[in-house]
Amino acid sequence: MNMVDQFLWVIFPYLCLAIFVVGHIYRYRTDQFHWTAKSSEFIEKKQLMVGSLLFHIGIIPVIFGHIAGLGIPKEWMNAIGVDDHLYHLGAIYIGGFFGFITLAGMVILTFRRFTKKNVRQLSSASDLVVNSLLLLIVFMGMYATLVTNAVQPEFDYRDSISIWFRGLFLLSPDPSYMTAVPLSFKIHALAGFAIFAMWPFTRLVHVWSVPLNYVGRSYILYRRHKTN
Amino acid sequence: MKIKAQVAMVMNLDKCIGCHTCSVTCKTTWTNRKGAEYIWFNNVETKPGIGYPKRWEDQELYKGGWQLRKGKLELKSGNKLSKVALGKIFYNPDMPEMKDYYEPWTYNYEHLTSAGEQEHSPVARPISQVTGEKMDLEWGPNWEDDLAGAHITGPQDPNIQKIEEEIKFNFEKSFMVYLPRLCEHCLNPSCVASCPSGALYKRDEDGIVLVDQEACRGWRYCMTGCPYKKVYFNWQTNKAEKCTFCFPRMEAGLPTVCSETCTGRIRYLGVLLYDADRVLEAASTPDEKELYRAQCDLFMDPSDPEVIAQAKRDGISEDWIEAAQNSPVYKLAIEHKLAFPLHPEYRTLPMVWYVPPLSPIMNYFEGKDSIKNPDMIFPAIEEMRTPVQYLANMLTAGDTETVKEALQRMAMMRQYMRALSSGKEFDESRLDRVGMTAHQAEQMYRLLAIAKYEDRFVIPTSHRETTMNPYRAQGSAGYGDVMGDMGSGCDGCGPAVPAGKSGKEIYEENFYGGIWRD
Repeated sequence: MNMVDQFLWVIFPYLCLAIFVVGHIYRYRTDQFHWTAKSSEFIEKKQLMVGSLLFHIGIIPVIFGHIAGLGIPKEWMNAIGVDDHLYHLGAIYIGGFFGFITLAGMVILTFRRFTKKNVRQLSSASDLVVNSLLLLIVFMGMYATLVTNAVQPEFDYRDSISIWFRGLFLLSPDPSYMTAVPLSFKIHALAGFAIFAMWPFTRLVHVWSVPLNYVGRSYILYRRHKTN
Repeated sequence: MKIKAQVAMVMNLDKCIGCHTCSVTCKTTWTNRKGAEYIWFNNVETKPGIGYPKRWEDQELYKGGWQLRKGKLELKSGNKLSKVALGKIFYNPDMPEMKDYYEPWTYNYEHLTSAGEQEHSPVARPISQVTGEKMDLEWGPNWEDDLAGAHITGPQDPNIQKIEEEIKFNFEKSFMVYLPRLCEHCLNPSCVASCPSGALYKRDEDGIVLVDQEACRGWRYCMTGCPYKKVYFNWQTNKAEKCTFCFPRMEAGLPTVCSETCTGRIRYLGVLLYDADRVLEAASTPDEKELYRAQCDLFMDPSDPEVIAQAKRDGISEDWIEAAQNSPVYKLAIEHKLAFPLHPEYRTLPMVWYVPPLSPIMNYFEGKDSIKNPDMIFPAIEEMRTPVQYLANMLTAGDTETVKEALQRMAMMRQYMRALSSGKEFDESRLDRVGMTAHQAEQMYRLLAIAKYEDRFVIPTSHRETTMNPYRAQGSAGYGDVMGDMGSGCDGCGPAVPAGKSGKEIYEENFYGGIWRD
């Protein structure tokens, strides 16, 4: 095991997760004013409609798919009756379907962000980087799912990546699980951790502001000054 | 019964000359910033016209305000669940775009002085403040001013479209009304109800509706929710902004900037006491045309001892009750029944009311004929150049009778005062016929025509001395870090300036030898 693997699969992920956690606490405490969904719908509406709907409707099931594939051990899956064959059918067809929707949305959104003059003008460097990186991640994820899985059917990420990934959270990461992993998966995973590190400092923070408590709230809100 | 106090405004459209002073002073005070160039907390529209943003009154398009669904009051743009769960949060289908307002621009003024020698005089071309590129102007603020292009935009005015008879937009038949607009600070604000983050709120002590800039997450439902389109999206900060009713001035007992600077003295500010427990019931009145009366019923008589006792129990201070008793808004809206809410059919119970304008037919019945026939005033209102139906479509959900009665009272007041000041005889029984007394006519005259500063503005100061540490409230009152990237907080005050300069630097650069440098 060399230092590069140690860095890529142990130090880098922990670094990213640490920045993710500390960064969010810092940003939440110091910068409420710039914490926003940063929608550009006001500037351009038509392409946003297609791109944003596809991307968001795709990404939510994709995230749940990742939790199932990375977080739940293969043995547990088998125990509840989901054998390898059934799992792979789900991963390829359902995962592939939502992955494709996400990718299509991301392509449209990226195209829009870079080519629509007024949208481009209002984009910060961080918007452009986040956008590009997300596109890369989604593309590599799809490539790994559809192409790599077809070319190297003997590779099972649930015997390697998943174990390494869970190891990170059990504080016993073993980088040797990642050495033989195909390149497409490696890029997908590393880029994924990179975006976690950027998350607190970008527009992505809007994810944590999904207004679920709105549903149960009263319509009209009054605020009063508290008396001493 | 739960009595709350609300600061409210009345505008006397009969005297509005459309000078836009209110808009300009408001803009220089509040929205003279990057990202807010297109934002006019106060604007003056020429009606008929499509307005700002285009066709804002078309709620089938923008889905603003409330509607009754199976007798229950619901946001027209959909209930709370649909906003969060049905993908609207990823794309708001009912939201106006910048092009519905206008794309803000500046001019390359420098070119005028720096252009080299050439055959033709140099020209300052418009440059978009969004993209920085040259642009062709096709729409802008007050594009329809004084009926400019009304033969095209007039027929698209939703108030015109609701009139059954055909309105001709030719010169002989044309009419116009100035309509100054700002946030209505509604009793039942649909913007507040639309905000999923809970950033918009109504102040408990005076009813002013504000956006908490630190809580706003830029979901933009407020823009859709407000049927008056008076919540704006700052495209630089990506947060919602709106008229603050100049709360820092109001708290100090000063009128809002738009009211203070109104050259026509058309604006009135005062306190109303209302029953907060019955707001929902009033907004749910089944018949649209009854909404105006339902809203009037919410306002409590501030001279009634029972109301005073209840108000005190509900924490309203003595000076606020006294202000409510002297409120010009109460006098115009409730005592004289001259002022009406703008589009009550949106069911937000708006709190900026309007006295409808008389129009040129006045000459007809105040002239020779009216002396022969003192009752000429009644048919004359029907013959006014501005159709009563048009005014009613704006102010009473189409109920012409109510508007007509107000116009008749105003016309009768004019006749009475004219007779009084020119020493002519006046049969006071005529006042009875429009439900007025001589005393009332004189009161109306004083309030509407003389319009003394102290009669127009009866504003009690806020009681901050009893409230929390203002340091803790910082940022939650609508404008915390308004300067955004232009420097944090306020360490000095001055005109809008480029980034990276402290208030002190700006002050020193601009306040040169005791005078402001332009």
